Amino acid sequence: MRAMVYRGPYKVRVESKPDPVIEHPGDAIVRVVRAAICGSDLHLYHGMMPDTRVGMTFGHEFIGVVEEVGPDVQNVKVGDRVMVPFNIYCGSCWFCARGLYSNCHNVNPNATAVGGIYGYSHTCGGYDGGQAERVRVPFADVGPSVIPDDLHDEDALLMTDALSTGYFGAQLADIVEGDTVVVLGAGPVGLFAARSAWLMGAARVIVVDHLDYRLEKARTFAHAETINFGQVDDVVVEMKKQTDYLGADRVIDAVGAEADGNFTQHVTAAKLKLQGGSPVALNWAIDGVRKGGTISVMGAYGPLFSAVKFGDAMNKGLTLRMNQAPVKRQWPRLLEHIRNGYFSPRDIITHRVPLEHVAEAYHLFSAKLDDCVKPVIVPDA
Amino acid sequence: MPYTANTPSAAFDADELRRRIPGWGADRDPADRPAVPRERYAPEVTGAHWELPPQQPELRPRERSIEHARLTPAFGTSAPLKGASGAIRRLAYARYSEGRAAHWLLLMGADRVDVVENHVASWFSKNPDNPVMGTGLSTEKTYGASSRRRPGRVDVKHQWLDPVVVAGPWLLGGWAALRGVRRVVRGARR
Ligand SMILES: NC(=O)c1ccc[n+]([C@@H]2O[C@H](COP(=O)([O-])OP(=O)(O)OC[C@H]3O[C@@H](n4cnc5c(N)ncnc54)[C@H](O)[C@@H]3O)[C@@H](O)[C@H]2O)c1
Ligand SMILES: [Zn+2]
Ligand SMILES: [Zn+2]
Repeated sequence: MRAMVYRGPYKVRVESKPDPVIEHPGDAIVRVVRAAICGSDLHLYHGMMPDTRVGMTFGHEFIGVVEEVGPDVQNVKVGDRVMVPFNIYCGSCWFCARGLYSNCHNVNPNATAVGGIYGYSHTCGGYDGGQAERVRVPFADVGPSVIPDDLHDEDALLMTDALSTGYFGAQLADIVEGDTVVVLGAGPVGLFAARSAWLMGAARVIVVDHLDYRLEKARTFAHAETINFGQVDDVVVEMKKQTDYLGADRVIDAVGAEADGNFTQHVTAAKLKLQGGSPVALNWAIDGVRKGGTISVMGAYGPLFSAVKFGDAMNKGLTLRMNQAPVKRQWPRLLEHIRNGYFSPRDIITHRVPLEHVAEAYHLFSAKLDDCVKPVIVPDA
Repeated sequence: MPYTANTPSAAFDADELRRRIPGWGADRDPADRPAVPRERYAPEVTGAHWELPPQQPELRPRERSIEHARLTPAFGTSAPLKGASGAIRRLAYARYSEGRAAHWLLLMGADRVDVVENHVASWFSKNPDNPVMGTGLSTEKTYGASSRRRPGRVDVKHQWLDPVVVAGPWLLGGWAALRGVRRVVRGARR
């Protein structure tokens, strides 16, 4: 089959590689219909995630058709069109039993600190991902769901990561009616988090980024106020000014390891790999939130240490909440919201790219060219 | 203002928000959200029909964190360990827990070695690497300048480093090779 393959930092290409096979009785093989590139893939693409091996196929946001099932599989069958959460999880370990699907203990031998994620380095289990014609889906009875007839394919696609993550992020912020919510990052996750904050009763939602075209989306798609941090002198002071010098009640970090806005932090993390991630946005969250407020961290950071301003967090009495999103827990409610017309997730997709052009798609998304918000890969184009 | 007990801006018009934003307040009740409570014991809803999943066969030795008591029932089989990078990775897993910086630094080091090994190997394959291969650089011609001219963009301050990250190792490697060749030639002359 044809598949996206990692060749080193900033380098990916499409290669022919053997089709995936059933390796465990609970596996299914899925023919990929659509696969998105996620902001998380950029951490791999930039070489920031330990144990990212040359030859791995990335892609953890995808939908497809079941082509083959292992002997133990009962809940999906050949021919089903399925949406597959980015989490690989067993459904039966201590953590899965308690709903912590993203923290499964039975799928990742390489690390106990992370669960399993498709195409996300060996630190997340060493599974090939969905930016390919076919993909192995472990525990097919647990993760995938059949796509309902009335759900658009591209909405289903975004439910497998970006939408569920943004919505989950808003929940971890513990928003109560009347809150002022700041969302750092106007990528897909930030846009969905901002949109979700309203559902939870926010009175004001302010989105921060330095990319004008994304802030435009934050205003139109997410109905938010915006701050371009590249155009203000000090974004923390700006956040204070806009909240009566109190600070925002809740701040959501939807940026993660490549955060910009501080040259030293960015370069030591993203270029020199001397810290697990650039904590610029996280530090802005800590300083911009009000005392006693909540920070929800959706942005992903590597397992190595990062220069986080923990002292301020402690002195301010903050609550920090975070996790990889347990995607499938969000689905029933999100489906309701989409059916009610509260969300039209696919509106954020800007690029649809044939698999053969995957290197171009990565560069556009990474360097933020051509107003790229969300690129989607079409394997059979 | 925080200097008094109440903030005037805390007042808001829920009806206006409801009119303007589809679905405003639909998930207002904090107790009625899908991620609440954080932990809820409900193994019956996951679709799993086993107590412990069967073991995926270990067809070749699979490295694992020493914080695990056993090999997990399922695991990925992409890019198995090989070469010098494989040896470094094996050491990182066998010797250091995830709590140790050495574990992650060895893995990061192995990642760099892996890239070099694969580049060199590719020159002896049907699909050799070249320095700009796979960087998607062609998109720069069309979109590079216009996209970067946007007001406020701060990433332009460091994006010039990206080519250094990509091409740097090649230049260093080339320089080292050149010096090696020079030394050999000089030795032969003497
Ligand atoms: N927790 C999860 O389950 C989960 C799931 C998906 C993605 N993520 C993470 O969420 C983050 C965002 O993902 P995405 O797909 O939206 O990525 P993205 O790269 O499209 O978006 C990140 C945005 O942050 C902006 N930004 C950079 N520095 C900033 C700063 N200091 N302040 C504010 N904005 C800043 C960038 O300009 C960009 O628009 C990533 O770190 C990703 O790994 C986490
Ligand atoms: Zn993702
Ligand atoms: Zn589990």
